[in-house]
Amino acid sequence: MNTAGPMTPRPVVVRNIHIESDDVVTLDLATESEAWSFQPGQFNMLYAFGVGEVPVSMSGDPSQTDRLVHTIRSVGAVTEALCRTPLGGVVGLRGPFGTPWPMDTVRGRDLVVVAGGLGLAPLRPVLYDVLRYRSDYGRISLLAGARTPEDLLFKREVERWKQQAAIDVHLSVDRAPAGWNGQVGVVTSLLSSIDISAQTVAFVCGPEVMMRFTVRELQRRRVPAERIYLSMERNMKCAVGFCGHCQLGPSFVCKDGPIFRYEQLKSLFWLPEI
Amino acid sequence: MQGTKRQPDHILNVEGLAQLLRALRADAYRLVGPTVRDGAIVHAEIRGIDDLPAGWTETQEAGTYRLVPRGDGALFGFSTAAQSYKQVFFVPRLRLLKLRRKDSSFTVEHDAPVTSRLALIGARSCDLHAIEVQDRTLLTGPFADPDYAARRSDLFIVAVQCGQSGGTCFCASMGTGPRSTAGFDLALTELFEPHRFLVQVGTEAGERVLARLPRALATESERVAAEGVVEQTAQSMGRRMDTTGIKELLYRNLEHPRWDDVAERCLGCTNCTLACPTCFCSTVEDTGDLTGESAERWRRWDSCFTLDHSYLHGGSVRTSTRSRYRQWMTHKLASWIDQFGTSGCVGCGRCITWCPVGIDITEEVAAIRRADGACSGEGGAP
Ligand SMILES: Cc1cc2nc3c(=O)[nH]c(=O)nc-3n(C[C@H](O)[C@H](O)[C@H](O)COP(=O)(O)OP(=O)(O)OC[C@H]3O[C@@H](n4cnc5c(N)ncnc54)[C@H](O)[C@@H]3O)c2cc1C
Ligand code: SF4
Ligand code: SF4
Ligand code: FES
Repeated sequence: MNTAGPMTPRPVVVRNIHIESDDVVTLDLATESEAWSFQPGQFNMLYAFGVGEVPVSMSGDPSQTDRLVHTIRSVGAVTEALCRTPLGGVVGLRGPFGTPWPMDTVRGRDLVVVAGGLGLAPLRPVLYDVLRYRSDYGRISLLAGARTPEDLLFKREVERWKQQAAIDVHLSVDRAPAGWNGQVGVVTSLLSSIDISAQTVAFVCGPEVMMRFTVRELQRRRVPAERIYLSMERNMKCAVGFCGHCQLGPSFVCKDGPIFRYEQLKSLFWLPEI
Repeated sequence: MQGTKRQPDHILNVEGLAQLLRALRADAYRLVGPTVRDGAIVHAEIRGIDDLPAGWTETQEAGTYRLVPRGDGALFGFSTAAQSYKQVFFVPRLRLLKLRRKDSSFTVEHDAPVTSRLALIGARSCDLHAIEVQDRTLLTGPFADPDYAARRSDLFIVAVQCGQSGGTCFCASMGTGPRSTAGFDLALTELFEPHRFLVQVGTEAGERVLARLPRALATESERVAAEGVVEQTAQSMGRRMDTTGIKELLYRNLEHPRWDDVAERCLGCTNCTLACPTCFCSTVEDTGDLTGESAERWRRWDSCFTLDHSYLHGGSVRTSTRSRYRQWMTHKLASWIDQFGTSGCVGCGRCITWCPVGIDITEEVAAIRRADGACSGEGGAP
């Protein structure tokens, strides 16, 4: 961090905008010359000028160092302002922050990626990494769920992965119009359709209820607590361990997370309002 | 404040103390000391000995604070000041940034850091411990807070050994007082008949200032008398907290019925967190002007008792008072230990005094301990 202090955003330019759905937009952010690096699972604090600042995960390819890619759902004042930023417009950025998905532990093993809704955004860098070094990994399954087929993120890309058969893709939606040939139901129900080996590692991101059901199902399928990883969400005002908002028991989600081994959270994960 | 050294103790009379304060001002220190303001003894900027709360003391009990005359000329004849040093170093409101649109981008300006030399006059052991506790959050994490670092970078500390315990103090059981053993440049014990101060030297900086003042060497009987003063304070402390295995105690009682009980009484007013010398939660507010040309970022104190503290899109994580009180107390006494290697409570008693309904953290812990293992919730792994 610079001498200006860890709460100082710097300007970055919106270089590309991709409309994902009604309320979700992907922004490619870059400066003139900077090379960026991040690890899958990390996030930045994005600032909309005069409006506010919120945590947003990196959803891009970690091997592309000329830009930082963020996929944002417009749910309130700040995310709406970010989503409205025009091409060539400027937003503020601080980061990267947080712990990464543990790619090293997966090498040579099978990986199940379970994503609910926007949870696919912080998991996409994992899939890019896996596809790039495909032979380093065993069987890779992606289980992604959304409210409707419209809400499924990165549709063209996911379809391409499915065609290439490099990843075993299973999709599910809560509600579907006629013509949908994927599953209808909660994403956890997809787990029954895949093989789970003694070596399987699971990465899970989505709403907390969805993660609870997923963990329960994974445990039923005998994936041990130390091989389940979750990305947790809490209110964040600083991302650097000062503001106290992101506490989850003894952990600060901003610096001890957002990625946690389920084993670390076990005693708190099932407690309401913790 | 570095390099604590065992030194002979000295005696300053009241005029000697006045000269000490003048000497510190001559060395360009601003003095922050106890003074009477709005019916309470608070820490504020003082000019000299005349601003000290001569002849005043206070009574503190759960939910009450009252200033009362002592009938003598004691300058430090009270227990804890109503406010700690938190607002001096970790200020309640701080502008972090000023931003301005420039071409299609923006520029960022910072206010110049506050770097004045500060002399803390009459610092108590609990308050010195509290500064160390806040340092662990704001200075020694992966990031340091530049404003906090600047404000506490040049300190001279004149501690006072407590001559009486307040009605809500429990530092003795927390291992944080009443005797200051380190972290000061000079430490005073107020003695009477005649009115004078035994001075312990903590650092070379302290020694150098003392050398400029009219003083005498303390006699053995004065040392014994001074020891007796703190000993008496420790003995007379009305409250205590049993901290045996406290982290595990609270972690295994997250669904204890006492949380429901305290939630019936707690107003969620945030007083305890604001009065607490170690609570560090803050929020960040970004504002823009109407033209859209300039913006500011402010930090201000926050509290885990607010709904916004845990707000996520779709609702707060901790919606009930039960869960917010639980967050507060388990953070202070349990998870703080995991996070920072120390308790978040120094036993100053302020949260008890300033609670409008008199909730007492020592009593809440004792109640949980009495019924260790009781369970009123449905949480827990499947
Ligand atoms: C680690 C992590 C990763 C995330 N990744 C993503 C992601 O990849 N994509 C995504 O869409 N979402 C992501 N989120 C969620 C995202 O941060 C929230 O949706 C966002 O905070 C909502 O902000 P809002 O202002 O739009 O909505 P609101 O619900 O209106 O506000 C929520 C919060 O916004 C902040 N805020 C609002 N106004 C101001 C202001 N004036 N000044 C300062 N702060 C203000 C406050 O913290 C407020 O509590 C992530 C969250 C976390 C913790
Ligand atoms: S929790 Fe209460 S007694 Fe402990 S340090 Fe904070 S205000 Fe003082
Ligand atoms: S007790 Fe509450 S307000 Fe105080 S530091 Fe902990 S979370 Fe923040
Ligand atoms: S976001 Fe501020 S402490 Fe984690």
